[in-house]
Amino acid sequence: MAVTVSIPTILRTHTGGEKSVSAAGTTLAEVIDDLENNHGGLKARLVKEGALHRFVNVYVNDEDVRFSGGLEAAVKDGDNVTILPAVAGG
Amino acid sequence: MLVIRRDLVDAMVAHARRDHPDEACGQIAGPEGSDRPERIIEMENAERSPTFYRFDAAEQLKVYREMQANDEEAVVIYHSHTATEAYPSRTDIKFANEPQAHYVLVSTRDPIEYELRSYRIVDGVVTEEPVKIIES
Repeated sequence: MAVTVSIPTILRTHTGGEKSVSAAGTTLAEVIDDLENNHGGLKARLVKEGALHRFVNVYVNDEDVRFSGGLEAAVKDGDNVTILPAVAGG
Repeated sequence: MLVIRRDLVDAMVAHARRDHPDEACGQIAGPEGSDRPERIIEMENAERSPTFYRFDAAEQLKVYREMQANDEEAVVIYHSHTATEAYPSRTDIKFANEPQAHYVLVSTRDPIEYELRSYRIVDGVVTEEPVKIIES
């Protein structure tokens, strides 16, 4: 089950500069674990205490996973996972 | 230094005035690697707050895809402060994730005179930069 993961500029230090990488899994959590195996350090940028960081947006295709199960969101072969840091401030 | 057209400055200020007293936010896209802001995109402030802003996540994805398709990137990321000066707050610094972007702050605390300043924010370090406005 291979998916394509788009990596934002700020996290490309973990992927050797690659804008998108391939990963495997049937849920977002599995995809992130697989990413971590190949691109160490990414998981800590995305997950904190068993949940997605509040200020990281993750989408499966066009769906914000916040509304489709978070880390348990299902992914299937050929899906696109996009990671975008929230643009926020005070 | 940020080099920017007058009409884009006017558009950011108009957006900030319109959303006052809530914070307004948006970005100005330009050709990738050009450092030239060209296309202003007013973003929804999902927080609708006078003290906080956050791009609406669904809109952010849509705009990100558009920019990718056009070989553009966010050259400017702007937001307003409605009661304080145009200087990055602690939360602005904490959430600044785009080292290549010019972070523009517009203050609307004075109803007549606006204040507009630009910064680089890299690894938590704020560096103010001059703004050169090109009359358009």
